[in-house]
Amino acid sequence: MQNYHLDHLQHLETEAIHIMREVAGEFERPALLFSGGKDSICLLRLAEKAFRPSDIPMPFLNVETGHEFPELIEFRDRRAKQLGAKLIVRTVDQALAKGTATQAPGEVSRNKLQIPVLLGAIEEFRFDCAIGGARRDEEKARAKERFFSFRDSFGQWDPKNQRPEIWNLYNGRLNAGENMRVFPLSNWTEMDVWEYIKRERLEVPSIYFSHTRECFRRGGQWLPLPPEHTDPTKPDPYAGARPKPSEPRKTMVCRVRTIADMISTGMVESPASTFDDIIAEVAAARVTERGSRADDKASEAAMEDRKKAGYF
Amino acid sequence: MSLTTAPHVPVDILRFNTCGSVDDGKSTLIGRLLYDSKSLMEDQIEALERSADITGGGQINLANLTDGLRAEREQGITIDVAYRYFATPRRKFIIADTPGHVQYTRNMVTGASSANLSIILVDARTGVIEQSRRHTAIAALLRIPHLVVAINKMDLVGWSQARFLEIRAQFEEFLPRLDIKDVKFIPMSALNGDNVVEPSPHTPWYVGPTLLGHLETVHIASDWNLNGFRLPVQWVNRPNNPTDQSLHDFRGFSGQIAGGIVKVGQKVIAFPAGIVSTVKQIWTYDGPVQEAFCPQSVTLVLEHDIDISRGSMLVGLDHLPGSSSELQAEVCWMHPRALQAGKKYYLKHTTHTVQVAVTEIVNKLNLATLESETGATELAMNDIGEIRLRTAKPLVFDGYSANRLTGSFILIEQGTNATVAAGMLNPPREIVKPENGDYVI
Repeated sequence: MQNYHLDHLQHLETEAIHIMREVAGEFERPALLFSGGKDSICLLRLAEKAFRPSDIPMPFLNVETGHEFPELIEFRDRRAKQLGAKLIVRTVDQALAKGTATQAPGEVSRNKLQIPVLLGAIEEFRFDCAIGGARRDEEKARAKERFFSFRDSFGQWDPKNQRPEIWNLYNGRLNAGENMRVFPLSNWTEMDVWEYIKRERLEVPSIYFSHTRECFRRGGQWLPLPPEHTDPTKPDPYAGARPKPSEPRKTMVCRVRTIADMISTGMVESPASTFDDIIAEVAAARVTERGSRADDKASEAAMEDRKKAGYF
Repeated sequence: MSLTTAPHVPVDILRFNTCGSVDDGKSTLIGRLLYDSKSLMEDQIEALERSADITGGGQINLANLTDGLRAEREQGITIDVAYRYFATPRRKFIIADTPGHVQYTRNMVTGASSANLSIILVDARTGVIEQSRRHTAIAALLRIPHLVVAINKMDLVGWSQARFLEIRAQFEEFLPRLDIKDVKFIPMSALNGDNVVEPSPHTPWYVGPTLLGHLETVHIASDWNLNGFRLPVQWVNRPNNPTDQSLHDFRGFSGQIAGGIVKVGQKVIAFPAGIVSTVKQIWTYDGPVQEAFCPQSVTLVLEHDIDISRGSMLVGLDHLPGSSSELQAEVCWMHPRALQAGKKYYLKHTTHTVQVAVTEIVNKLNLATLESETGATELAMNDIGEIRLRTAKPLVFDGYSANRLTGSFILIEQGTNATVAAGMLNPPREIVKPENGDYVI
């Protein structure tokens, strides 16, 4: 530390810790969105760095579509327990049962249904702030996000009317019913995330590493074969997401690059079994991370439209 | 310049912003930087080609890379600050693409406030226009340490060295009135890629670096302030019922160091209490450290039990800050509802928010002439002017010219909570003084 120099990861880290502490200082009831994915894994380490030796002063919140990879759920629950944090899970199934969310006819993906569930949880727990792991390098609409993203009482993002963010001064003031989404990893890239995970020796769910899995081809992607439907008394939760006879199947050595749920995550063929392998793969990648996400391929403005409706 | 695909860890981060008026080719320049430095991915290039088929008559438009929102593509404008990232083996870069319309000065201030470097784009055919002066003046006001004047579209003036020198002379006419130390002029064609990443064969008369070459090598290590320790307290760290007995009495002050260096055993003053104490421990998650520096995030434990909370500031005994509730500052107004003298706002300075009344508009900057004019009754959106303020509690602060983090503030409108202004404090008239060993403010 003699030369008073921070490398790029240390710069990103101190910026993110500053933002986490501003949240703790400015909001009454913040929550941290933790899915078990690589970005939110970094958020948890940053929260430890921001708040230890105290407890992390906010609960973790996750919205389940009901189509999650089991490995992710297992990891999420274990990690929250290790950190002594309260984990709140709200599901699309609950919202469908209560009628607070309705599936569009013929639509299989539950990606958009996460929006009413998230907004419902914010209302139920009166959260005034939710910290998320979104990064600006992921997508064009995200590139225009602020660190502190103001949402009106409907959770809507208005890109034309954002609060200017100057220096490191964040305006967290809200009126009743409004809330804030805060993105400490805004300036991080996919490469930064993996380099940080490696430097901090963080555990990640096993599906980020190479494994053997049966997949099928749909929409230009290799999608994982959903789990067997074992309870015939209930409707198949993966109806519509199972391979049709016309869709080719293949047993692949593969991994996930980005995790949505099993319906929206394309598997990438890869032998990467260590962090260094993954970092080498990211460095050599010729498509973006979101190129393997079916939810972003809907249209050029898919993310912009979802964010305006309250997506995180 | 070599770009490898091997894993690498860049040594530091350079933040820069680009400014120019509507057709100067800003977005094209950023697209070119990303494209030629191989920072674009196949699906991004595919998406560009797709939109070229739909809207561009088959011509790939590099500007589509940064103009992300539907409204922008439809209107062919950039409505907000967009952030882009790329890395070379030497550095990681964060680009704030800030729009050039007159009405978006506030976005330039947003994008440029934390920049190490600003790129001002000038169309070689039109030369210096009011926008160029305006952008340069804002960069100077924000004290951005490094400036690049990118003289673009040189292909359209026949790569004329005379034209390049003429435009440089136009700049040098008004630069002395602004306090900018490091200015670099680069002739280029962003559309064709000349002197952006690769040196141009058309400018044998230009011996300087390409734009990327300059961005990779410009010296930024001294852009952070290492004089005068400042720690604005963000959060008081007091573990509840710790299982570890040694943490029972733990009381730490967490924050990001906004200036200087702090060492274990060093004396610090806690404001607003004004009481001197000694640094007992510098606590970090990765273990205690003997010293820490700006801009690290740390948690300090002091020898004495002093009343310290969020909004307090710990400072070192040398390079003392000022303290006053009567302030004078340059502000950039950012809201459609104009500033009027007499109105009350919230002022957020470091981690401290206080009520404030604007007592006087001293002058307004005429961005066409760069002259300050007295007699203004209001500051409208995108106006820059000097104002006087009175805060409900005294502020402990530095002049913006001495420290960008402890010399800056934002104004927040009461009721709507809109961020309405960015402010840069004038140097303090009086610095804090000891009284019976303590520093009373």
